[in-house]
Amino acid sequence: MNNTLKIADKEFTSRLFTGTGKFSSSKLMKEALLASESELITVALKRVDVANEEDDLLTHLNHSHITLLPNTSGVRTAKEAIFAAELSREALETNWVKLEIHPDPRYLLPDPIETLKAAEELVKLGFVVMPYIHADPVLCKRLEDVGVQCVMPLGAPIGSNKGLKTVDFLEIIIAQSNVPVIIDAGIGAPSHAAYAMELGADAVLVNTAIAVSQNPVAMAKAFKMAVEAGRMAYEAKLAPRSEMAIASSPLTSFLN
Amino acid sequence: MSHFKELFDTYDWDDTLKSIFDKTAVEVKNALAKEKLNLEDFKALMSPAAKPFLEQMAHKSQMLTKKRFGNTIQMYAPMYLSNECQNICTYCGFSMTNKIPRRTLTDAEILKEVAFLKEKGYDHILLVTGEANNSVGVAYFKNAIQLIRSQFSNITIEVQPLDQDEYELLIENGLYAVLVYQETYHRAAYKKHHPKGKKSNFDYRLDTPDRLGKAGIHKIGLGSLFGLEDWRADSFFTALHLKYLQKTYWKTKYSISFPRLRPHSGGLEPKVEMTDSDLVQLICAFRLLDEDLELSMSTRESEVFRNHIVNLGTTSISAESKTNPGGYTVAPQSLEQFEISDERSTDEVVQMLKNKGLEVVWKDWEHFR
Repeated sequence: MNNTLKIADKEFTSRLFTGTGKFSSSKLMKEALLASESELITVALKRVDVANEEDDLLTHLNHSHITLLPNTSGVRTAKEAIFAAELSREALETNWVKLEIHPDPRYLLPDPIETLKAAEELVKLGFVVMPYIHADPVLCKRLEDVGVQCVMPLGAPIGSNKGLKTVDFLEIIIAQSNVPVIIDAGIGAPSHAAYAMELGADAVLVNTAIAVSQNPVAMAKAFKMAVEAGRMAYEAKLAPRSEMAIASSPLTSFLN
Repeated sequence: MSHFKELFDTYDWDDTLKSIFDKTAVEVKNALAKEKLNLEDFKALMSPAAKPFLEQMAHKSQMLTKKRFGNTIQMYAPMYLSNECQNICTYCGFSMTNKIPRRTLTDAEILKEVAFLKEKGYDHILLVTGEANNSVGVAYFKNAIQLIRSQFSNITIEVQPLDQDEYELLIENGLYAVLVYQETYHRAAYKKHHPKGKKSNFDYRLDTPDRLGKAGIHKIGLGSLFGLEDWRADSFFTALHLKYLQKTYWKTKYSISFPRLRPHSGGLEPKVEMTDSDLVQLICAFRLLDEDLELSMSTRESEVFRNHIVNLGTTSISAESKTNPGGYTVAPQSLEQFEISDERSTDEVVQMLKNKGLEVVWKDWEHFR
């Protein structure tokens, strides 16, 4: 069994976080997310009808092991993000928020300046802030300084399924971070997720790769296994890689 | 560059059209093999040379759409507020020349229509009017938006082009998006089809998306009315407009609509026919050009066509639409803009989408301010 992951006051057995978009039905979404055994599931506030107690999306996520992570997708500024977080705290009764500020609606790339501003303010307001950001090691330290409970750097453009294109920066972030590092966006295959975990990421967040697969339930299971395997490998310490064979007559034989 | 006109004026219609028809099968194959397409690739995919590759284009379009939008379709409903109009447009039922009584909905009538649409499940609404600046101007729009904004998460308008400060006022009051189609990018044909009224000013209309971008609108919908001029050249200029806007107003989202001329009271026969196959080709070409683009399909198109196109690149559709003010409940017999083709109820369309493995999305927006 892998070590548990602690973020703020919550412990997670599963290091696979998931999302709720793009599924062909709420029923299928529920089946896939249960199969993933994910305990932290993000949901876009803009998709939820907070005034409706029987909102279709929320009813399907009502399970005791699931913590809902509302996200601020759709906001363009820190001000709008704070408004959204407060709305979600009131309506969904959670102070957890996945902070997503992407003024650019095409590539959905996060605005680092607005994100830092909003994170600082939301921490002061008592939120558990999980910021979606570029794989920028300096930004991660700046966010840590203002008190976020984890960082969520992207592996590749969101929804691209391209894997860990930012790996060199992710390695620096993981090496330096004092808060959990969750790799968000771009993970398109279980092998990408396993790789992220082997690198020492504390968790990954996967949505498109599961939702858009031909068989989302089986794919969710595959991701669960990959994340567990990757974490286990990380904890067991990978054998060092070597580019060349060691010569039979070592360069230092003259020392003997 | 802050006005599309400056770019647009460097292009010639006839040269553009010829360059599309000159595209070869090799250029089509190259475009199909690429991940990031440019406007020359787009021309190739719209060209006659791409016809034998339609099935391949459809597969790629479906795959890209699923990757970006998932297995979902956004629902919206149009609500016509007025058919008063001081323009003469040769193809439109609301044209001033059409001597039929006009009406503009009152607050009470708007709320009655809203109640009907809410009952059906709609949460994204499109408000439509003709152009009657004195009675149905910015004050009327502001009032209508304020009146309904608590009931809809997402409000779009398709009305006469306005000035930047007028758009800013409406955005402040809850407006999300504006649809403004150039109708045709062929200057002379535009003049012919819009001989009278404020709409006859081609350049003011062409500059409208720039004013919207500067006003900070969330989404702009573009398109041409197919049937007035060659659809390929018009679509090239729509794409040119789109690419300019995406670079200039990068915080704004864009959608494309594909209206084909439909019969209406006092109607015009299309000059250039666009077949179903042409329309599929164009939708796929737009998707291959831009995988993030919202592509919208109204009830202008037939039941059979819509049943298939929802799986090929389209991301949002309407259903059970009325194109006359009060058409849902208040005044079912008032003058309509055009005849719709797909007459199924909202429930029937929703069921069709479910049967195709598509999740119906009613709400996908929230005003966080």
